[in-house]
Amino acid sequence: MNWKNYTSLPAPFKDHRVFAGCGISGYINVDGTRDDGRKIIEMLTILSERENGLGAGFAGYGIYPQYKEYYALHFLFEREENKQNVLDYLEKNGNIIRSESIPTRSPPTVEDPPITWRVFYDPESSKIISPDEKIVRIVMKINECFQGAFVMSSGKNMGVFKGNGWSHEIAEFYKIESYKAFMWLAHSRFPTNTPGWWGGAHPFNLLNCSVVHNGEITSYGTNKRYLDSFNYKCSLFTDTEVIAYLIDLLCRKHGLPIHIALIALSPPLFSEIEKLNEKYKLILKSIRATYRSAMLNGPFSIIIGYCEPKPMLIGLSDRKKLRPLVAGISENENTIYISSEEASFKRLTLASNNINFSKVWHPRSGTAIIATLKDGLVQEGREQSFENIKLIEMEV
Amino acid sequence: MTCANCVNQCSYGALSFNKKEIITDDSKCVACQRCIIMCPTKSIKVVKNEIFLPPHGHYDRRIRNIIWAQSGYGGVLLSATGNDRNIRTIFDDLLLDACQITNPPIDPLRETIETRVFFGRKPIKLEFTQESDDINEVCLKTKFSPNFEIDMPIMIGHMSLGSISYNACLAIYKAAKELNILAGSGEGGLHPDFYEYSSNIITEIASGRFGVDINYLRKAVGLEIKIGQGAKPGHGGHLPGEKVSALISQTRMIPIGSDALSPYPHHDIYSIEDLAQLIAALKEATRYKVPVGVKVAAVHNIAPIVVGAVRGGADFVTIDGFRGGTGAAPRIIRDHAGIPIELAVAVVDERLRQEGLREEITLIAGGSIRYSADLIKIIALGADMAMCAMPVLIAMGCRVCQQCFRGLCAWGIATQKKHLVQRLDIEVAKKRIINLFKSWNEELKEVLGAMGIDSIESLRSNRDRLRYIGPNPKIAKILDVKHAGE
Repeated sequence: MNWKNYTSLPAPFKDHRVFAGCGISGYINVDGTRDDGRKIIEMLTILSERENGLGAGFAGYGIYPQYKEYYALHFLFEREENKQNVLDYLEKNGNIIRSESIPTRSPPTVEDPPITWRVFYDPESSKIISPDEKIVRIVMKINECFQGAFVMSSGKNMGVFKGNGWSHEIAEFYKIESYKAFMWLAHSRFPTNTPGWWGGAHPFNLLNCSVVHNGEITSYGTNKRYLDSFNYKCSLFTDTEVIAYLIDLLCRKHGLPIHIALIALSPPLFSEIEKLNEKYKLILKSIRATYRSAMLNGPFSIIIGYCEPKPMLIGLSDRKKLRPLVAGISENENTIYISSEEASFKRLTLASNNINFSKVWHPRSGTAIIATLKDGLVQEGREQSFENIKLIEMEV
Repeated sequence: MTCANCVNQCSYGALSFNKKEIITDDSKCVACQRCIIMCPTKSIKVVKNEIFLPPHGHYDRRIRNIIWAQSGYGGVLLSATGNDRNIRTIFDDLLLDACQITNPPIDPLRETIETRVFFGRKPIKLEFTQESDDINEVCLKTKFSPNFEIDMPIMIGHMSLGSISYNACLAIYKAAKELNILAGSGEGGLHPDFYEYSSNIITEIASGRFGVDINYLRKAVGLEIKIGQGAKPGHGGHLPGEKVSALISQTRMIPIGSDALSPYPHHDIYSIEDLAQLIAALKEATRYKVPVGVKVAAVHNIAPIVVGAVRGGADFVTIDGFRGGTGAAPRIIRDHAGIPIELAVAVVDERLRQEGLREEITLIAGGSIRYSADLIKIIALGADMAMCAMPVLIAMGCRVCQQCFRGLCAWGIATQKKHLVQRLDIEVAKKRIINLFKSWNEELKEVLGAMGIDSIESLRSNRDRLRYIGPNPKIAKILDVKHAGE
């Protein structure tokens, strides 16, 4: 484990964008049963060829049922005074319901581990600024302007735990096995151009949206400028950050249904669109034209945890499928799994919990797998991304 | 050698035949190369034959020629094509990125790479409503303004019937239609023969209002209010009377042989609200079915100027850089006014984003896009589409002799003289333009593929994929492009 670079990249690497190869895994229990973190740890740590000890992380949904009305802010701090500055700032902008250390297991030999902290928070809001918007502004402000402080996550009843080390080390450090969640996301990292830093590990989170990502966004410059014009500051210099912000912009601010937003991120080819009837052509071309700067290009596979209108697990790969993504569903049809490799599923079958899969499949390139709480698998990902859309007649 | 074909070919009177031999008058030769190409025995050579001038680093040949010309004629010097001063081209100082290892390049021979763009105003966001629990049931509420799909991010710049010949216009419009790209009409009206191509033609409403009637407005794919032109910001159009033939007189609605000088300003546009009114009037006249835009020259304060036009209702904005071409312009303006398009696009794109307006409009940039490398770089700097004209003329045969304003073009392009115009074969010229832009589009795909991008929209404003290699870090800063190695 690398006990440095907690809240920012070291100075020589400032402004460098982080490229990485990665392992990603996630699953959701449709009936809402909360599992402890052992399963997700197994799924992730088996993908050992996909990491090099420079970053890993976990996101659990449903981990704080006793505080579910409040925003759970997860922080990394360099020093005690950095923490105090942020807590003072939070005090001024809302009510701190509870403020405590995130329990960790750090080896006794480490002199200077990061301060891991969580705050359950109720922000001041107004008619103009919703609580969500207020939280987004607070997160942007802290990550951009506060020395030695980094917000790992800011959703409700969920949290992100990440750091600079091997996936098994991060799992152990944060005691992931002690949290219970109905949906888990996890990521292990193989950065290629920077030493890695704690805040730069995945998942990336904003409100209830968490993203783990394997790949490199070649459209980063376009996406970043697009987000800039909506006041999202891409201060972390990673591709993954833009994905989280794009989803926030398209879904929360523009109110797009999530599956429409996913089409905007990874739209069908014009050659496919031209085969459709006029109504579908109109809707898909409207998406492509309006959200031309939101399109993600380059090799990627991502897993997203999202909660509007209900919690859901999403898997998506680029239109050329230049990064792997595989999905599986358990025998009892209650759990949907997504991972970089099938090895994650086999590991679960072989492990003592003895999980069997009724189906394992490779989703189509550019089509999202969507599994929601209660409804289960609403989009398998083997169809065209627009195939399931039912258009209601538009008013003339 | 006595066929004397060269004498007939030379439209500038540099060659004559005295029954025995060809006599040359070097002072009249413009090096258009018509005689060389048409000589059946390939026996002609044009070589540089300048009189030696006493050397002076400051009063160079160019300056002395200007002074001699002015002291001889006593007037404003005319010029054609774009700024020919040897000012460093920023495009040449920009390098493109390509993929290695972690981001695999895409092979355009085997994979789809898309270059389609939408021309017109887009909403800032789409509104979908969902009335049932089924997340797949959606209704799109947003009404889309008219948008036209173009197969390549290319517009052929405005060259009017008048500045160029009927044959040249027709070749351009036919090529634009076949390629499904855009072409500008220039300010010379639209001849009825060109109506069938108007679904690819942006017609121009300039200060002279030449040829503007309801057909001109309604038949076009877009309407462009021409405020300025890169070659001559602050000036109106200049069509010398020598080029105003019967055909031109008819389409422009002016007398034969009269100079067509459009006023410097639009006399109904002295302020931004006047512009907004004209935009509104044009939208009304075309029943909101045609995008209405504004063309401006890249001048010092270009960013707020464009923002003003967009706030005034423009659906698209065309910016013409200081190297933009012209059929006729005062040399002093052509050579000294305006700023490079690379800088203009970078600052305009940035300012529009700061004001939250960028995504709504189509930004077209020209002056001068010489080849596909410039096209790619200008899109990466922030334009939606590139506008170019000189390469089209060169494709049709132009040798860049820069004499367009004289109306004597030996290649039948920038002339209205029937015997010269007929030299330009419309079908051959069309084919050459099509070849040119098809090759540009293929090269665009090659570069996109190398960058690991499979659709043009992900190149737009993607300045991450550019690096600066020139001598002036301030330029890199304004472009918001990192230096090579960073």
